[in-house]
Amino acid sequence: MGSRASTLLREEEIEEIKKETGCKLCQNAPLYLSQTSITNPVFNSVFSREDFQRIPELAINPLGDRIINAFFPEGEDQVNFRGFMRTLAHFRPIEDNEKNKNAAPSEPLNSRTNKLLFAFRLYDLDRDDKISRDELLQVLRMMVGVNISDEQLGSIADRTIQEADTNGDNSISFNEFMKVLEKVDVEQKMSIRFLH
Amino acid sequence: MLRFEHGKTWLLWTLICLILVFGIEAKSKSDHSHNGHHQNASSITGIPIVTFKWHHVEMPYTVALWILVAGLGKLVIEANHHVTNVIPESALLICFGFILGGIIWGADKVQTFSLTPTVFFFYLLPQIILDAGYFMPNKLFFSNLGGILIHAIIGTCWNAATVGLSLWGCHVGGAMGDIDIGLLQYLLYGSLLSAVDPVAVIAVFEQVHVNEVLFIMVFGESLLNDGVTVVLFNVFDAFVSLGGAEIDAAEIIKGIISFFVVAFGGALVGVVFGLLLSLLTRCTKNIQIIEPGFVFVLGYLSYLTAEMLSLSAILSITFCGVCCQKYINANMDEKSVTTVRYAMKVFANGSETMIFVFLGISAIDKTIWVWNTGFILLTLLFVFVYRCIGVFFLTWIQNKFRLVPLDFTDRLIMSYGGLRGAVAYGLAVLLDENKIKERPLMIGTTLIVVYFTVILQGITMKPLVTWLKVKRATSSDLMLIGKVQNKVFDHLLVAIEDISGQKGHNYMRDKWNNFESKWLSWILMKPSARKKHDHVFDVFHQLNLRDALDYVAEGECKGSLEFIRNETAYIDFRKKFGDDFSDISMPDITIDMGDTTIANPYTRRDTVPSISLEMHEQTMNGLRESEDMNTHHLLQQHLYKGRKQHRHRYSRSHFDVNQDENEVQEIFQRTMRNRLESFKSGKMGVTPPKTITKHSKKDTQQKVKKEMRWNRPTLYSDLPYFEFSEESSASGYTGSIPRVSYTAGVGIENPAFMPDLDPMAPVQIPPWLAEGETDSATVAPSQRAQAGLPWTPSNLRRLAPLRISTRSSDSFVLADTLPSSSRERDELPPPPSPPPSPPHS
Repeated sequence: MGSRASTLLREEEIEEIKKETGCKLCQNAPLYLSQTSITNPVFNSVFSREDFQRIPELAINPLGDRIINAFFPEGEDQVNFRGFMRTLAHFRPIEDNEKNKNAAPSEPLNSRTNKLLFAFRLYDLDRDDKISRDELLQVLRMMVGVNISDEQLGSIADRTIQEADTNGDNSISFNEFMKVLEKVDVEQKMSIRFLH
Repeated sequence: MLRFEHGKTWLLWTLICLILVFGIEAKSKSDHSHNGHHQNASSITGIPIVTFKWHHVEMPYTVALWILVAGLGKLVIEANHHVTNVIPESALLICFGFILGGIIWGADKVQTFSLTPTVFFFYLLPQIILDAGYFMPNKLFFSNLGGILIHAIIGTCWNAATVGLSLWGCHVGGAMGDIDIGLLQYLLYGSLLSAVDPVAVIAVFEQVHVNEVLFIMVFGESLLNDGVTVVLFNVFDAFVSLGGAEIDAAEIIKGIISFFVVAFGGALVGVVFGLLLSLLTRCTKNIQIIEPGFVFVLGYLSYLTAEMLSLSAILSITFCGVCCQKYINANMDEKSVTTVRYAMKVFANGSETMIFVFLGISAIDKTIWVWNTGFILLTLLFVFVYRCIGVFFLTWIQNKFRLVPLDFTDRLIMSYGGLRGAVAYGLAVLLDENKIKERPLMIGTTLIVVYFTVILQGITMKPLVTWLKVKRATSSDLMLIGKVQNKVFDHLLVAIEDISGQKGHNYMRDKWNNFESKWLSWILMKPSARKKHDHVFDVFHQLNLRDALDYVAEGECKGSLEFIRNETAYIDFRKKFGDDFSDISMPDITIDMGDTTIANPYTRRDTVPSISLEMHEQTMNGLRESEDMNTHHLLQQHLYKGRKQHRHRYSRSHFDVNQDENEVQEIFQRTMRNRLESFKSGKMGVTPPKTITKHSKKDTQQKVKKEMRWNRPTLYSDLPYFEFSEESSASGYTGSIPRVSYTAGVGIENPAFMPDLDPMAPVQIPPWLAEGETDSATVAPSQRAQAGLPWTPSNLRRLAPLRISTRSSDSFVLADTLPSSSRERDELPPPPSPPPSPPHS
């Protein structure tokens, strides 16, 4: 937790975050954070895993822990405000004027590819850019009720992998993942209307 | 082909005309002969053998004839897809109605048939709306509910008010000449024209596959605006009766209150009936055969109840369908669900056809046509223009709150999709002639609006959608990964909303889902169904079913299903014993079948071997454990039934496919073949009885029985050879069974029996198959028998193969012609039917 909890980020830093995340009024964002139990809702605050885990709804979300993990850079236990906003920015809907902008130097965080990459990382625990059968099985186990036996779940996982697997390595690479979800309206399904 | 089609079409036309003429003649004659009838009856002294009693059946007969005619009309229209690709079916049906109306008019000189509001609202409309509700994509519907409601409520009011007021304005301005319509009557007229018609929308949009959001916006609006229309219509109808002077603020407030009561009350009645229906299907296990009936009856009752309470009947039956769909699908037997689905479609499609045909017929009637160019053209103009304005304005407001905004083309299609239909016409006919002097003009104009929207807009809709490049619906394949990912997205969005601390749409949905699975499912769903209910697993199950079907079809192409039959025995078995049964082989097999079919659908032929090698292995593993239990089932499934036993079985409550015919055929074929063979072998000088004596000592009683059944005394004479050659390939089986070394040629090798011994003989069967089978089914038994082990009835498996193989007529022929690689060819004189090259050797 930052020691200078009450001081705001410098203006240019805010500008930078704005530009990066596409958030128009990201000063307001912490207001929402303050409603949750994430402490110190200020720009230079740093969030730890416990802060997230204190949100009651996340505790009953089957994928809660995975999603919390997604906020943290690899191997770190804390995320600063900027990183936090960057993660949230994945969920900003794609706006019309952005669609047509081809000349953007780097892809915005909320592009289709980045959204999918985010979803992909939820499965890919060991970050080898492949969803293996075990990794998929873990996620499935989290989401599926106890009524389904392990054997059945195993077959489901097998089948799911084989649906997507084109090169026969018995795992799903990110390209295969993108390809198999080609028709899914990811832009819509992975967007939230942020109130800020 | 085209000529043939043409001929068929003509034939149908003639048929329709004949039926019609017959019907009309009968009807008009019956009117005349009505008086004479009684006189005749009194004058008859003896017992009449045949009497012509048209009056006795007149009503139902006419109805049935009309249904037939409408159905035939649809058949003619759909015969040629070149036409329906350009002009939507609904428009063609209306035109068909014009022609029929013309014929009737020509015959009767008066329009005998027309669409009456009673028939329409009570007998034609409910099933269409029930169908719409039952097949409603719930998630899509509820996630767009806000927008739909805005359009349905505000949009409809806007349409009614502006059309009424503008027409009145033009009337005052003198654009319509001398007609007697007051402001309130204009508003009444506007309100009946305001509603977008669900029937027309379904008919037109079903053929133009626009994206689902756009569709649900238009379609949902057309369903939900009924409440508003009914209220507006009733309120203005009451106002018209009251007269302008009597209307005060209190009445208007009452009108507004009645809107909420009618709309929400109707929806509530529907929900109550939907829940009742769900509860009812929980306990219909013992009367499965009439289960589907409840769905229709209760749905209809919800419609009538709402109508009785003067609530919105359409809303009621819509919500009944929406509420119950999940629970009844889970509660009812799979067959009942299928029945409901198809029956729903049959009814809905049938009455839709009737409605459009009758909309056409109703036009050919002198009494309703009062021409007033100004009134008609202005109505058309205002209906169209205000719809556009309304939609654009409302979507503009909505877009400020929508996650994915509706773009310009979406809005254009939405306004263009404002089709008016039979509901408007039905309401127009309901107008009271005493209160509204210009009723015919209104009816006529309503009809013109209907024709204009359904025919003209219907025809131009498709080109417009193509031209504007509206996002079409993507045909999404059923895929596990898609479903899993959707779930992940759901959880993800909820979590993100939680983290960012807002309570949005996803939060609400999550809360609802929790509530639903905790309480509603618990109350409304059968415990067994609840247990099984899991979305991902459902998809998995469906995919497996589909694969199994594909697999069977594939196997049939290859000429034999014998291997599949063995496996289906497993499947059936598994089903029977549920999850307790520890046969691990089956899921894996289906999986393997699945991936190969999906991964490379074009090279299936090549991939089959790998599948069945897999299967072969699995069978080996699973065979022994499950043998005992399995056998019983197999026996039941594959033994021929006694001839008398199942013959004339009829049951009202059970629906079984009678397979007797096939069996008789099989037995006959087999007998004939046996005779032929024994005749041949007799000629060749082979002496079958010898082998019998040889083996019968070892063989147990069952074997004898089997031999009798097979009618093949020398059956086992070949086994030694087989076993010998098989030794290597059957290595997977060597487990616990002690092998008895057996020298080839102990018995007389009589190749004549090879085809039956190795039932895969029809040579289309790939090698893997034969290998797997002979290992598991043919060789093993012989080994056991010879080793003196207690005979296990699993040997009977072979019966199954045989039944199939005899069916394929070529097994015999092919066996004769095909070059054989086996040795006995040399040893024997020209074999009667040499063994088909055993593919594994």
